[in-house]
Amino acid sequence: MLVHSRTGRWATWIVFFALFLPLFALPLLVIVAASFSTHWSGAFPSGPTTEHYGAAVRGESLEALTTSLITALTASVLALAVGTWAALAAAALRRRGKRVVDALFMLPVAVPSVVVGLAVLVAFSKPPMLLNGTRWIVILAHGVLVTAFAYQSVSAAVTRLDPAYEQAAASLGARPWLVLWRVKLPLLLPSLNAAAGLCFALSMGELSATMMLYPPDWMPLPVRIFTATDRGSLFTGSAVAVVLMGTTLLVLLAVSRIRTRASYR
Amino acid sequence: MSRQSAPSSGIRFERVSVAYGKRGGLGARGANGTYTALDSFDLTVEPGEVMALLGPSGSGKTTALRAVAGFVQPVSGRVLIGDRDVTALPPHRRGIGMVVQQYALFPHMRVEQNVAFGLKAQRVPRGEIAGRVAEALEMTGMAAYARRYPRELSGGQQQRVAIARALAIRPGVLLLDEPLSALDAQLRSGMLAELARLHRELPDVSILYVTHDQVEALTLADRIAVLDKARLQDCGTPQDLYRRPRTEFTASFVGNANLLPVSVGTGGVRFAGTELAVATVDVMPGADAILCVRPHLVGLGEGENTLRGTIAEVQWRGSTHRLFVDVAGHRVKADVRELRETPALGAAVALHFAAHDAVLLPAGTGQAATGPVAGETDAEAAASTPSVTAVVGAISVAKGAGGDIDG
Repeated sequence: MLVHSRTGRWATWIVFFALFLPLFALPLLVIVAASFSTHWSGAFPSGPTTEHYGAAVRGESLEALTTSLITALTASVLALAVGTWAALAAAALRRRGKRVVDALFMLPVAVPSVVVGLAVLVAFSKPPMLLNGTRWIVILAHGVLVTAFAYQSVSAAVTRLDPAYEQAAASLGARPWLVLWRVKLPLLLPSLNAAAGLCFALSMGELSATMMLYPPDWMPLPVRIFTATDRGSLFTGSAVAVVLMGTTLLVLLAVSRIRTRASYR
Repeated sequence: MSRQSAPSSGIRFERVSVAYGKRGGLGARGANGTYTALDSFDLTVEPGEVMALLGPSGSGKTTALRAVAGFVQPVSGRVLIGDRDVTALPPHRRGIGMVVQQYALFPHMRVEQNVAFGLKAQRVPRGEIAGRVAEALEMTGMAAYARRYPRELSGGQQQRVAIARALAIRPGVLLLDEPLSALDAQLRSGMLAELARLHRELPDVSILYVTHDQVEALTLADRIAVLDKARLQDCGTPQDLYRRPRTEFTASFVGNANLLPVSVGTGGVRFAGTELAVATVDVMPGADAILCVRPHLVGLGEGENTLRGTIAEVQWRGSTHRLFVDVAGHRVKADVRELRETPALGAAVALHFAAHDAVLLPAGTGQAATGPVAGETDAEAAASTPSVTAVVGAISVAKGAGGDIDG
C-alpha cells in the first residue's frame, strides 16, 4: 500500500471521487437519466417514461443493434485471425523486420479513422474491388481499424511466451501446426480473449469511419444514435445509447468470464 | 513417422560449430557481429552411455545440447543420432526426449495429458496411449498425480513429470539440460539417485547431461566431456578426469586441484628449489610443467614429497579443515581430517603427498578454472597470492566479467 495514514487514505478516496464522478460517471448517468425522461429544462430531467426504450429495442433501432453486433463480431474475428497470424509471424522475424511490421500495424491507429474510412471508400468503390454499398465495406473498415489493437496485444503476449514450451513440444515430436494448435494458442488464449473483447468494444462504438461508408441497409447503432440526436430526438438517442452500452458491457462480461477460466497461472 | 521404440542410438558431433548472430546477446562479438558458441566440437556418445557435458556458464555445453535437439543450426559440421545425420532435420523429426531446467510442462494440460502429448504427436495408436502414460508415470513415481495440473505440483514433482513426458515416447536419446539446478540441495541428491536408477532400468537410452555441477557429473556420468570457451577441453571417465586430468582447466574445474609450476628433471621435478618425486614423467626433461595434486591427497607432516610453508588461511568445513599454505610464494590447498586444534595463521608447517598421487601436465594446456562453479569460496579467491592458479585465475575472471566466450 502506497498511502499508510488513515487521513491520507481518506484524502485519496476524496480525490478519486472528485475526479472520477464528474469525468466518468456523471456523463453516463446523465444519459441514463435522459433516456427515462421526456423533458429536461431544469437542473433535473422530468416526465419519467420508459417509452424511449420501447422504441430503442424495436424496428430500426433493433435492426441497427443486430447490424452493430454482426459487424463487431465479424470484424473482431477477422481482426483476431489476421492480428494473431501477423503477431506470430512477426515474432519469427529479425529485429528490424519486426519493427517494420509493428509500424505497419500501428498505421490504422495513427491515422485518423475518418481518413481510414475515406481510404477504404475510395479503394473499394470500383470494380473489381467493388464493396461500396454493401455491408462488407463497413465490416472491412472496422476490421482494419481494430486489427491494430489485436496485433498489439497478441504481439506483446507472444513476446512474453517462453520458447521452452514450443521447444519441449517440438522435441516430443509435434509438428509445427500441432505446436501452434495445442500449445501456443492455448497458452495465448487469455490475451486472445482480451484482444477479442477490446476489438469488439471498439467496433461497437466506431462512428467516424462508419459515417463515411455505411449503406442504407446496414446502419450500425452509433450512426443511429447520431442521426437520432441530429434530428433532435435527444431522449430516444439516449435510450439507444444505453442499449448500446448495456449490450457491449454484457458481451465483454461474457468474454471476461471465458478469460478467467482460460488463465492457468 | 511413428516410432514406437527407438533402437538404441548414440550421438555423434562431427566438427560442429555454432555461431550466434547479433540477437544472441551473451558473448563478445566478433568483427561481423557474431560470436562462436561452439567451436569445432567433436564428441561421440555411445549407445546407452551417460555423457555429461561439464563446464562453466557460457562454455558452450547447452549450445551443444541444443544442436542435438535442433534448436540451433550449426554453421558447420554434422550431428548424428544413431547413424542418421540429423543436422538439417527439424526438432520434431529427431526422436529425442528432452528435459530442461524449468521443466516446461504445459500449464494448460493435466499431468497425464502432458505425458500423452508426445504419444499423440507421434500418432501412437489411441488404445496404447493410456498404458504408456501409466507406465511412464509409474516409472517416475508420479502415477498418483495423473489428474493434477502442473501448478499443483512441487518443483521435484514437476521434474519427475517432465522426465516421464520425455521417456513416454521411448526416445533413443535423452537430453537433460541442467535438470536439477532448480531444485534445492536435498531434493537434488535424491533426484540424482533417481536418474541413476532410471538409467539402470533403461540401459539402451543414451543420455546427454548438461551441468555445471561436477558432483552431478561425477555421480551420474559414464564419461564426462569438459567444455570451456566453446571448445572441448577434455573427455574421459570420471575417474580418469579426476585422477589423471590432461589439462589445467580440467584439473582445476573438476575437483579444484593444486597446480604447481615445476621444471622437469630426469626422474623427478623441481618446485621452488625442492626436488619432488612423481610416478611417471612423460614430459621432456628440462621443460616447464604443471604438477597437479588434489587437496585431499595432501597431508600434514613430512612424507615422500615434503613442502614447507606457512599457514595463510584456515577454513573449517565440518569434517575437514582446508588449509591454505604459502610455499615459496605459491598457495597450496590441503584438505585434512578435522584437526583438534586449529593451526595458527603464520605457523610453519610441512605438507606431504605421495608420488603416485601427483599428475604432471605439460605447461600451457589452457587456463585454470576459477569461480564458485569449481567449488571455490570467495574468501579463497580473495586470499590469492601470486600463485600460478591465482594469477591465471584472475585473468580468466577478468575476462569472464566481460562476458568473453571468444573461440
